[in-house]
Amino acid sequence: MIPGSFEYHRPSNVGEAAALLASLDSDARVLAGGHSLIPMMRLRMAQPSHLIDLGGCADLKGIQVEGGEIVIGAMTTQHDVIASDALFAAAPILRETAMLIADPQVRYLGTIGGNAANGDPGNDMPALMMTLDATYVLRSGTGERRVKAREFYHGAYDTAAAPGEILAAIRVPAPPAGHGSAYEKLKRKVGDYATAAAAVVLTKANGRVATCAIGLTNVSDKPLLAEAAAAAVIGSALDKAALDTAVAAVEAICEPAEDQRGSAEYRTKMAGVMTRRALTRAFVLAK
Amino acid sequence: MTKVSMVVNGNAVSADVESRTLLIHYLREHLNITGPHIGCETSHCGACTVDLDGKSVKSCTVFAVQAQGSDVLTIEGMAAPDGKLHVLQEAFREMHGLQCGYCTPGMITRAYRLLKENPSPTEAEIRMGISGNLCRCTGYQNIVKAIQYAASKINGVEYKEAAE
Repeated sequence: MIPGSFEYHRPSNVGEAAALLASLDSDARVLAGGHSLIPMMRLRMAQPSHLIDLGGCADLKGIQVEGGEIVIGAMTTQHDVIASDALFAAAPILRETAMLIADPQVRYLGTIGGNAANGDPGNDMPALMMTLDATYVLRSGTGERRVKAREFYHGAYDTAAAPGEILAAIRVPAPPAGHGSAYEKLKRKVGDYATAAAAVVLTKANGRVATCAIGLTNVSDKPLLAEAAAAAVIGSALDKAALDTAVAAVEAICEPAEDQRGSAEYRTKMAGVMTRRALTRAFVLAK
Repeated sequence: MTKVSMVVNGNAVSADVESRTLLIHYLREHLNITGPHIGCETSHCGACTVDLDGKSVKSCTVFAVQAQGSDVLTIEGMAAPDGKLHVLQEAFREMHGLQCGYCTPGMITRAYRLLKENPSPTEAEIRMGISGNLCRCTGYQNIVKAIQYAASKINGVEYKEAAE
């Protein structure tokens, strides 16, 4: 269980990191919190010849909430996400979701950027970022570009990030004041990936759902945005008929693998249950 | 080989290691600090937990080179130089917070950081706080009591066991 040999690099800012990545062999990898990559290296499922540790890049850390926009540096840890009162005030679902990732030790080092960028369909931040309509800022040796979270995930470990690109920051439009949100995650134990999970962010007007977005974790080879399900509740008072329609629409797009967490049918049903719970709770919380 | 230096339990240390050397191996094999244990090697069990720059981390999932220049605390650094036990060590003894003892260094090191951040945790907060540390003997009940006992001592109040 010893990783293969590699050359270690520790740049002090993202520009240096991107330049290094551009100059090194194509199997060089960036290291964020390391809690996905290091276990993979121990199992020799990843054997990079160079590791570029982003831990020294101060410009990749920090949280800003300003002018209706939340900007989170990619190397901000889950622990920091949980601890930020400004973030909690702007979008409490970020803390709620981060609290359900792994365990305290992993959250001290695990980063929001690593969770979002790795492309693991079991990770929780991707579906949440799609729900929040976040934008990812990608840095490379030649510059910067922005990609919507909703267009970032193509399949398991297959994302819009090109080789040589580093996720530098996540930009989230702050949900409107008075919105309601919930992340419901079914898991067997602390530290497990979701059997199924649902993120909901909605707003209310005159006792009815005005806007709604729903994201689903770990029920396909990529995170899903459940658009038809969200459309089914918009305009409703979240009565049983609207909820049933939304749940059916969620179940219709789930394609989970059968694994130790349950059969595909079970996990599909659980995605529906998580969606129903998240919608119900978010609706109560919305003003 | 890379020279890696850090402060471990108050002592400046350094050793030449490969980049791929994990912090747990650096501590155990290069420094002979064997309190942090190797359990699962996959960042689940928490037996290798140490305090790294004020954070509880699983030292099986950190490369030693990443900890260059850091301040590390392990179970070996908890007791006073005269041998007087740290309040958490005393608490685990008094409350029978261990049986085989394999998870104990990780548990105590994790509980140390938990109480630094939250000196008066509720039972639920303690259980969440140690949820990254597995114990296969105790059923956790006496570990929770030990942390409650230590918190009471730290806060200067009498420890009262909750009715079962």
